[in-house]
Amino acid sequence: MGTVVTTIGHPHYKSRRLLVVQPLALEGDAAEDDDFIALDNTQAGIGDTVLVLREGTGARQVLQNPQGCVISVIVGIVDTVNLETT
Amino acid sequence: MLLGVVKGTAVCTIKYPGTEGLKFLVVQPVNKKLESVGLLQIAVDTVDAGYGDLCVMVRSREASLALHEPKAVPLDLALVGVVDQYQIRPNSEFNLVMKRGSNSYT
Amino acid sequence: MLIAKVIGTTVSTIKDEKLIGRKLLVVRQTDEHGVTSGKPYVAIDTVDAGVGDLVLTCSGSSARQTDITKDTPVDAVIMSIIDTLEVEGKIVFQKYPARQGS
Repeated sequence: MGTVVTTIGHPHYKSRRLLVVQPLALEGDAAEDDDFIALDNTQAGIGDTVLVLREGTGARQVLQNPQGCVISVIVGIVDTVNLETT
Repeated sequence: MLLGVVKGTAVCTIKYPGTEGLKFLVVQPVNKKLESVGLLQIAVDTVDAGYGDLCVMVRSREASLALHEPKAVPLDLALVGVVDQYQIRPNSEFNLVMKRGSNSYT
Repeated sequence: MLIAKVIGTTVSTIKDEKLIGRKLLVVRQTDEHGVTSGKPYVAIDTVDAGVGDLVLTCSGSSARQTDITKDTPVDAVIMSIIDTLEVEGKIVFQKYPARQGS
């Protein structure tokens, strides 16, 4: 939904973009304001629906940095989602 | 990870060994519209942020990994970046609801 | 870390053996002026805090990163006692108000 630019930043965040993401809601449920910031590892752009990993250990594995201070990482761009119709 | 605005400083003499010398800042967590969320909290500074700066913060155990010399100390909020430029588009430009059946995104 | 005030102590006889000898304090989140709000929670004390002190508490897995709470079933720890809070250029809390003339 947006981008965050930091010139002064932690070395673990260098050369990757920080994006603002908002979890999707199910039809009929009220949308919540539970947005957060995630580090992009997939070249995602504004408006893309993405997969976000929100767990530190997994994030460190994805970034291959065992000391990384990152929790949320965008790990995929979603093409389609199929939900049951009943 | 979340955004926060630096509001001030906190001084603590008695603190857990290993956290001496760290700069504790008072921060207000904000949402994507930069509106305040919840009460003020305390974060450890790793990027020399100052009063009024909008910052990127990291929560939980990763905060202690953000220190320049990572060590096992009890910290759960750290500043990891000072925001220079922030761009956000309104919710109305996005489809934030997953419908029943097939949803195509690309 | 949350700003919290110590509002009481907890005594528990039957508990996990790793908690034996640990000081359990009841704390409640406060704003910068020390006004409490929200639900009280129990935190393990590592800095000899007392009732009425404004403290910093650390929660989640970070709470287990002390020698006292390592590998113990703990999700909140008191890791420092606040002396002074300065917000927007004003000192809003001082544990030991400055003596006159000093």
